[in-house]
Amino acid sequence: MKTLLKGGRVIDPANGRDGEMDVLIENGTIARVARTLPADGAEVFELRRGWIVAPGLIDMHVHLREPGQEHKETVATGTAAAVAGGFTAVACMPNTDPINDHPGITELILRKTAQANLARVYPIGAVSLGSRGEQLAELGAQKAAGCVGFTDDGRPVATALLMRRALEYAGMLGVPIIDHCEDPSLKGDGVAHEGYRAATMGLRGIPGVAESIMVERDIALAELTGGAFHVAHMSARQSVRAVRDAKMRGGSRVTCEVAPHHFILTDESLERPTRYDTNVKMNPPLREQADRDAMLDGIADGTVDVIATDHAPHHLDEKLVEFDRAPFGIVGLETAVPLVFDRLVHAGRIGLPRMIELLSVNPARVLALPGGSLAEGRPADVTILAPDAPVSIRASALRSKSKNTPFDGWSLRGGVAATIVGGRVVYRNEQA
Amino acid sequence: MLRSRHLLGIADLDAEEIQRILDTAEAMKEIAARPIKKVPTLRGRTVVNLFFEPSTRTRMSFEVAEKRLSADTLSIAVATSSVTKGETLLDTVRNLEAMAPDMIVMRHASSGAPHLLARLCRSAIINAGDGMHEHPTQALLDAFTIRAHKKRLDGLKVSIVGDLMHSRVLRSNIQLLNKMGAEVWACGPSTLMPTDLARFGVRPTTSIDEAVDQADVVMMLRIQHERMHGHFIPSTREYFSLFGLTPERLRRAKDDVIIMHPGPMNRGVEIDSEVADGPYSVILEQVSNGVAVRMAVLYLLAGQEAEAD
Repeated sequence: MKTLLKGGRVIDPANGRDGEMDVLIENGTIARVARTLPADGAEVFELRRGWIVAPGLIDMHVHLREPGQEHKETVATGTAAAVAGGFTAVACMPNTDPINDHPGITELILRKTAQANLARVYPIGAVSLGSRGEQLAELGAQKAAGCVGFTDDGRPVATALLMRRALEYAGMLGVPIIDHCEDPSLKGDGVAHEGYRAATMGLRGIPGVAESIMVERDIALAELTGGAFHVAHMSARQSVRAVRDAKMRGGSRVTCEVAPHHFILTDESLERPTRYDTNVKMNPPLREQADRDAMLDGIADGTVDVIATDHAPHHLDEKLVEFDRAPFGIVGLETAVPLVFDRLVHAGRIGLPRMIELLSVNPARVLALPGGSLAEGRPADVTILAPDAPVSIRASALRSKSKNTPFDGWSLRGGVAATIVGGRVVYRNEQA
Repeated sequence: MLRSRHLLGIADLDAEEIQRILDTAEAMKEIAARPIKKVPTLRGRTVVNLFFEPSTRTRMSFEVAEKRLSADTLSIAVATSSVTKGETLLDTVRNLEAMAPDMIVMRHASSGAPHLLARLCRSAIINAGDGMHEHPTQALLDAFTIRAHKKRLDGLKVSIVGDLMHSRVLRSNIQLLNKMGAEVWACGPSTLMPTDLARFGVRPTTSIDEAVDQADVVMMLRIQHERMHGHFIPSTREYFSLFGLTPERLRRAKDDVIIMHPGPMNRGVEIDSEVADGPYSVILEQVSNGVAVRMAVLYLLAGQEAEAD
């Protein structure tokens, strides 16, 4: 079975490629990438002018909610949303019910992934049993079962000692520790960014330093242990500075990710267009303009390694409550690519190769995944992007089981034309 | 009439509307002086008082106001309602709406809860206090009381002292007083100041002497005993020594200063009994004025509903 992707612009930063090239896929792997390839019996996929052939996008921070919270999302609906959003692979967080701290749960997720047969799913296991911060989970067994990293996401790795041991132990296994950085005492029962907006609206605040204090702790421990530390959903300007400084100093393995809502929205969204809209409630919260700008700077200057969505589906009933009672989080898989195109690429902040690095090359590198590259012999995970396609985001049309997005009704430029996983076209956008 | 069919906060009122509510309240106050304190204005209208947080003063004040306007009233307190059975706020209110009330007066511990209902329900919503956000009828009755004594609001030095961070009374009062041209000072310990307080349109200070100095109005806010747990203050004793309003401190104020408190008071914590019960105190007047102001709000919002019909 052969497919020829014909006439697109290949952007493959991992192999230094950028130009008009054809891509031949054979038996689910990349067979050849070259200027003009003959069809030679292959099924030809004619690409429109301007379309981009990129290594499959990877969202390394997704909540698939299965097992235990299938009313919000399942592996099947979450991976359907992923491929519709251009992602050929996602890494799923362990804060399911029960917490994924055991190979039995990892195996269940992978079985469901095989049944859905859409995007690849890489489970992230819990650092500690029940993510309670008391006892290290069996990271070795979890890695053998398929976990590619560890986190207690939803909450921080509880103590400096546990984080230290986790970095040392995971370092031995060659996988990173991803930390949801947040000092619990400073977070308190906060529900929004601590700033003027929350203060006038009477919402309890979470200061930016609640995050950066924990980022600084973890950087110090990464330097001590040599383990790989990845900052999840970074939101505060102080955290960007801490990561930038650590990278400048060198000698440690520190990486970080930012979610689209943190480089696009600010806490002004608490008031406009709808006051107290629970679809702008997430953790970490939407911060102020200086923080949003720091994210943009970090993305442009290379401090930020990865754009990840923190896709956090919640049922409408759960979100249709008082602001301080609503759960944190928004869906992100199907809005990320248009937001990145419109707000970063077309806004002139980054070029297309950098976009592919942030969404594919770097997440693959951080989690040591086989993707992120169109090298011959690699699995044919490919995302075809349509940079000029007009996109109207409609919450009701999302494939995710949950519709909790603050971007409903937004019109953006740039979208996904098709998603190919293992050589198979799993999504095609007829509107692109 | 008012522009909005709800009263969610002072934020949504302009100076002219505030003026109209206060003027209407003057007329309503006159009713309280009559031997038969009842007018038929809201006859046949149903008002639900939905209190998700304990309240004596505000709830009673609304009930009296509704009864004086001849509305049919129904008061629901959280302990007896079905929210304790796991029902959502929206379901609770939709069930009430099935019985076709005209207005819902609500108090809720969550900031923004009345805004959610205003967006999703049919009834006119009157905010009787939402979390730390707004308490518009309190600010209106405070303004009414100040105006009764000073004949104006603009140019007055009004100092608000106490737990600024957690106070919805503060947030509503700042907005109202600013809209009416008063000069507002906000005084409290630095741990209990909201972020960016200066941007609220007040002069922030941690010195009660500076706040009281030449003040026309001193408004004391309640300090809750729980505040010791968040490391906000070390003790109520130290709080009183730094921020309590005593007769000595009051000497710096203007000769005709008035002392206000939204209640309930903690005597000996934020205010000395001698001040609370002294000649400058208008604290009980605030309570009587509360009824007149709430009658005015109910009347103006009901008039709106009638026009819409």
